[in-house]
Amino acid sequence: MDYFDIFISILGSAIRLSIPLLFTALAGLFSERAGIFDIGLEGKMLASAFAAACVAYWTGNAWFGLIGGIGVSIAFSFMHGFASITNRGNQIVSGVALNFVAAGLTIVLGQAWFRQGGRTGQVPPEGRFSSIILPGADMMRDIPIIGPLYANVISGNNILTYIAFLMVPVSWWVLYRTRFGLRLRAVGENPGAVDTAGISVAWMRYRALIVAGFLCGFAGTYLSIAQSAAFINNMSAGKGYIALAALIFAKWKPVPVMLACLLFGFLDAFANFMQGKSLPLIGEVPVQIFQALPYILTCVLLAGFIGTARPPKAGGVPYTKER
Amino acid sequence: MSTVSVPLPAWINYGLIPLLNLILAFFFSGLVVWGIGENPFEALQLLLIGALGRGEGIGFTLFYTTSFIFTGLSVAVAIHAGLFNIGSEGQAYLGGLGAALVALAMDSYVPWYVTMPFAVIGAALFGAACAAIPAWLQAKRGSHIVITTIMFNFIVSSLMNYVLVRVLIVPGKMAPETRTFLPGGQLPKLDWLIAMFGGKIGAAPLNFSFLIALIMCFLVWVLIWRTKLGYEMRTLGISPTAASYAGIRYSKIVMITMLISGGLAGMMALNPVMGASARLQIEFVGGAGFVGIAVSLMGRNHPAGIVLAALLFGILYQGGAELSFDMPSITRDMIVVIQGMVILFAGALEYMLRPAVVRLYQQLTGK
Repeated sequence: MDYFDIFISILGSAIRLSIPLLFTALAGLFSERAGIFDIGLEGKMLASAFAAACVAYWTGNAWFGLIGGIGVSIAFSFMHGFASITNRGNQIVSGVALNFVAAGLTIVLGQAWFRQGGRTGQVPPEGRFSSIILPGADMMRDIPIIGPLYANVISGNNILTYIAFLMVPVSWWVLYRTRFGLRLRAVGENPGAVDTAGISVAWMRYRALIVAGFLCGFAGTYLSIAQSAAFINNMSAGKGYIALAALIFAKWKPVPVMLACLLFGFLDAFANFMQGKSLPLIGEVPVQIFQALPYILTCVLLAGFIGTARPPKAGGVPYTKER
Repeated sequence: MSTVSVPLPAWINYGLIPLLNLILAFFFSGLVVWGIGENPFEALQLLLIGALGRGEGIGFTLFYTTSFIFTGLSVAVAIHAGLFNIGSEGQAYLGGLGAALVALAMDSYVPWYVTMPFAVIGAALFGAACAAIPAWLQAKRGSHIVITTIMFNFIVSSLMNYVLVRVLIVPGKMAPETRTFLPGGQLPKLDWLIAMFGGKIGAAPLNFSFLIALIMCFLVWVLIWRTKLGYEMRTLGISPTAASYAGIRYSKIVMITMLISGGLAGMMALNPVMGASARLQIEFVGGAGFVGIAVSLMGRNHPAGIVLAALLFGILYQGGAELSFDMPSITRDMIVVIQGMVILFAGALEYMLRPAVVRLYQQLTGK
C-alpha cells in the first residue's frame, strides 16, 4: 500500500469518527451560545444511542430509530432546562447528574429488556443507516488522486454523515442570519437586554436546548445504528467531552467547530492506524499521546497560546428577573 | 413577597430540605426499579441487608465510604472558594501513582507505619500536581476550571494508561498493573474496628485509610472555619468582588484551594491502592471522583455532612452490589442511576421545593 492509499483510508475513517463529534459540538454550540453550559452532552448522546438502537430493533426502521433517539435526547434537554432554567439550579451539576442518569439507565434498562449484559439486540440491516454510494463513484475510482478521494472519502458514507456536514452551514445561517439566532446569541451574552426587549429569556433558552437535544439525537443515533448495529455499554466513551473540547477549541463558532471536529476525528483515526507501528526517526509513538492530544490542545488554547477563547458572557449564570 | 429571601431555621435548610430531595431521588429510582418489573421495597430491603447486615458487608460499606469521604472533601474545599472541581477523578487516579511509587520504593525496607506518611504525602502531591495546571489556568488565564479539570481527567487517564501498560507493568504479565506490594507497602485492615461491634470483617478491605479520612475531615473543618486562609477562601466563594476589596489575592487563593482539593482527592488512592488491592491497577478510581460531587452536594459541603453522605453512598455501593446478586434483573449500574438522581434532586434542583416549604412554614408559624 502506498502512502496515498494509507492517507485516503485514514481520511475516510477520520470523517466517520468525527460525525458524532460534529453533531454533538453543534448541539453544544446552540445551548452554550444561549448561555446554558451543557456538560450533559455525553449523557444525551448515550441515551439517544440507546433509544435509537431499541426503536430500530423493535421496528426495523432506521428513521423511527432516529426519531426515538432525537425524542429521548430532547427529553433530557427538557430535564436540563427544568433544573437550570426554571429552577435556576447549577447548570454544571445538572449536566453531571444527567450524565449519570444516562449512563446508569441505559445499562439497567438494556439488561432488563435484552438480557445481554447491557447490549441491545442486533439491529437488522433495514434498521440501520447503510452507506450510500454516490453516482459515478465506481466510474471515477481509476482517475488518479480525485478518483479514490471521491470513491472512498466523499462517497460511501451513510446519510447521517451528509446531514452532519449540511448542519454546519445551516447552523451558521440560523445563528447569524435569523432573528431567532440573533436573540439566541443575545440571550447568551446579555439576557437582561433581551428581557427588556420583551422577549422571554427562559423560553429562548428552552428553545436553544431543544435544538441542542435535536442535534445530539443525531449523534447518538449515528453511534448505535449507523456506525454499528447495536447499543453497547457506555458507547459514547467520552465523545461528548471531546465534542465539548472541540466546541471550545473552535471558540464557539460553527465553521471552526467543523474543522476542530475533523481534526479530533483525524487524531483518533491516526491513533488507530499508528497502533503498533513506528514512525521513521521517532520510533514507536504511544497511542495514548493521540488519545490525550485533543484535550491537551484545548488546554493549550485555553492557556491563551493559540489566540483567546472567549465564552458567551452570560454562560452558566441562571437568569433572575429584577424584583 | 418573593419566597427566596425568607429566612428559614437551620433544621429546615440543612435537615428537612435535603431529606425531601433525597426522598424524591429515591422515589424516582424506585420508579425505575418498578418499571423493570421488580418490587422497589423488596429491593431497598435487600440493599440495606447487603450493606449493613453482616460484619463483612459493613466492612465493604465503610471501605467505599472512605473513598467517598476523600473525594467529597476534595470537591467541598473547592466549592467553598467558588470553584467547581470536576477533576477529583483524575486527581485521585494520579494520586494512585504517587502512593504506588512510594510503596514500591519502600515496602521491602520498612514496616507499613513508616511507609504510610510518605505515601500520604506522595498521593497528595501527585493529586495536587494534577490540579495545579487547571488551577493556574483559572487563576492567571481566566479559563473555566470545570472545562480544564474535565480535560485533565482524560489526560491523566491516557497518561496512567501509558505508565501502567508500558512502564510499571510486571514484565511477562498481561494485566496492566504493578507488582503486589509487600506488607511494608500495605495499610493494615481494621478488623478490630468491626470486631469491637461483634462482627467479622471477612474479605472486606476496610483499612487504615478510613482513619486518615476521618482525620482529614477534622482538618478540613479547622481549615475552612477556623483559619484565616479558610476565611479568605469562603469570602472569595461568596463574593469575589468583596474579596478583592478586602485585599484577598484571587490567584493565590485559587491556587492554594485547588492544590488542597487535588491533594485530598489524591489521598483517596491510599484506600484502594495500598489498602485493598496492594497494587496499582488500571481505572482503580472507578468513578469515586464523581461520587465525590454528589457527596459534597448532599453533605452541604460540611465535613460532618460529607461523612454522612459518604456513608449513604457507601451503603448504596455495597448494597447495590449485593442486590444485583439477589435480583439478577437489576444490574449494579442501578447505583449509577440513583447517584444521578441524587445529584439531580439534591444538587441541581435543590431550590425546587423551597418555595413550597417556605409557604408551608409561614402558614404553620402564622407569619
